[in-house]
Amino acid sequence: MEAREIIMEHYMHPVNRKRMDNEEYVQANTRNESCIDNIDLYVKFNNNVIEDITFDGEACAISISSTSIMIKNLIGKTCREALHYIHEFYKMTNEEEYDKSVLGDAYVYEDIVKNGHRKTCANLPLKGLEKAILEHLE
Amino acid sequence: MNREDFPLLKEEIIYFDNGATSLKPKCVIDKMVDYYTNYPANAHRGDYDLSYKVDQEYEEVRELVKDFIHADALEEIVFTSGTTESLNMIVNGFFEPILEEGDEVLITTSEHASNVLPWFRLANKKGIQVNYIPLDSNYYLTIDNLKKTVTKNTKVISIAGVTNVIGDIRPIKDICKFAHENNIFVVVDGAQMVPHMHVDVKDLDVDFLAFSAHKMCGPTGVGVLYGKKELLEHLEPTVLGGGMNEAFDSPQEIYYKELPTRLEAGTRNIAGVIGFGEAIKYLNKIGMDHIHKYELSLRQYLIDKLIPIKHIDIINIESDSGIVTFNVVNVFSQDVAYYLNKYNICVRAGNHCAKILKSSVGVNNTVRVSLYFYNTYEEIDNLIELLSDYGKIVKEMI
Repeated sequence: MEAREIIMEHYMHPVNRKRMDNEEYVQANTRNESCIDNIDLYVKFNNNVIEDITFDGEACAISISSTSIMIKNLIGKTCREALHYIHEFYKMTNEEEYDKSVLGDAYVYEDIVKNGHRKTCANLPLKGLEKAILEHLE
Repeated sequence: MNREDFPLLKEEIIYFDNGATSLKPKCVIDKMVDYYTNYPANAHRGDYDLSYKVDQEYEEVRELVKDFIHADALEEIVFTSGTTESLNMIVNGFFEPILEEGDEVLITTSEHASNVLPWFRLANKKGIQVNYIPLDSNYYLTIDNLKKTVTKNTKVISIAGVTNVIGDIRPIKDICKFAHENNIFVVVDGAQMVPHMHVDVKDLDVDFLAFSAHKMCGPTGVGVLYGKKELLEHLEPTVLGGGMNEAFDSPQEIYYKELPTRLEAGTRNIAGVIGFGEAIKYLNKIGMDHIHKYELSLRQYLIDKLIPIKHIDIINIESDSGIVTFNVVNVFSQDVAYYLNKYNICVRAGNHCAKILKSSVGVNNTVRVSLYFYNTYEEIDNLIELLSDYGKIVKEMI
């Protein structure tokens, strides 16, 4: 599938789009400075493993699909693996050298983020998850 | 109209984000370059020709602004950095010292952040109440709803003259009449009003009016605080420093200058003010009534073409300004803006800084087209063509 189709598929049918009021989940809000995208992530940790992630909120196609792809790729990963993924993702969106093998199909944003204002959209869910992981590790 | 005056309009670009800021005509840009090139001295500071010229140019703009909004006196015109600063000065410098716990300020849910947050802070600081005048089904503020909401504790009504999402023109004259009969002050956020229509502060009888130069062909970083002289006399300077004091020896002995200088501390945005003056001259030449009429006719043309498009939800079909707010069904507003950007059409997506409006409209984010006199029917045709094709929008939105 070409990048556009993967993004649209995740936008139209995102993974785990549901609010979680369950106490086992920590909630992390992440929003775009341009005051539009607004996503709540719900993360369930089991020691240092991310057992589950869900999300809820309102955002553009890039943010929603990026959230969905991130969730699909990171459920079951350790916090360390997830942080590594997040940092590789940032490298990609900063147009630096990055390890494609870590990101899986998240490479689909490689070109799109060259349009400056779409970069924050793609990074949005990763910023939220990064914050949740760092708080958990503390 | 007047498109040839705007350097940017020679490019292939359609600019529909005039609610955010307007384009600048060449005469305004040239005027500021002239200042920086030929007489870049400070105002009120030097006894030499260059500085004298700066003073003259700067003060001439005060005269232009006074005439533009039909104020009584030059002392009533204070230059600020923009509407936001003006509103903050009004709230913090005038109302904070006189409002007491339990006093009520009425606003609406369609106000811009700059007419909400200063009041919210005052509520937290002094225990005043900030309450909302309910909007009608068109999201309009009606005088009837206002009358029903006012209580004996109401001290201030603080509202936009024209709102930035719905674009309705508020009945300011009637509101002021009713308010003043009940000893209530009226503050008007004129950011979306003054650039688009003839405004007469005496006829409206507003107590305070705030607006920005950059939304009316002027530069960024300049705005106006208008206040009735007898009220401005009591506005405590919120910024102290050079230019605004007459003398000081000790904390007990500080003497401020007269109005309006005492409210203009520090070196002002001289180039901006001078450029603003040129913008006012420019708008006067076209005529504010002419501008308003043309914008309404453009708006009607746009609305008539949008209504038949089934996948477009228009938020404000009825409105008396150049603001049209809508959504494309099942497409996030930012994605619509991004799609249009591919065709060099600039529109705004989001909540337009009116974050509490969602409680009334039930929609968080919208696409906003805001028109100005240099927009054309052909530009609207281009927009409509792109919005008509739902498949194309979905295909090209990422």
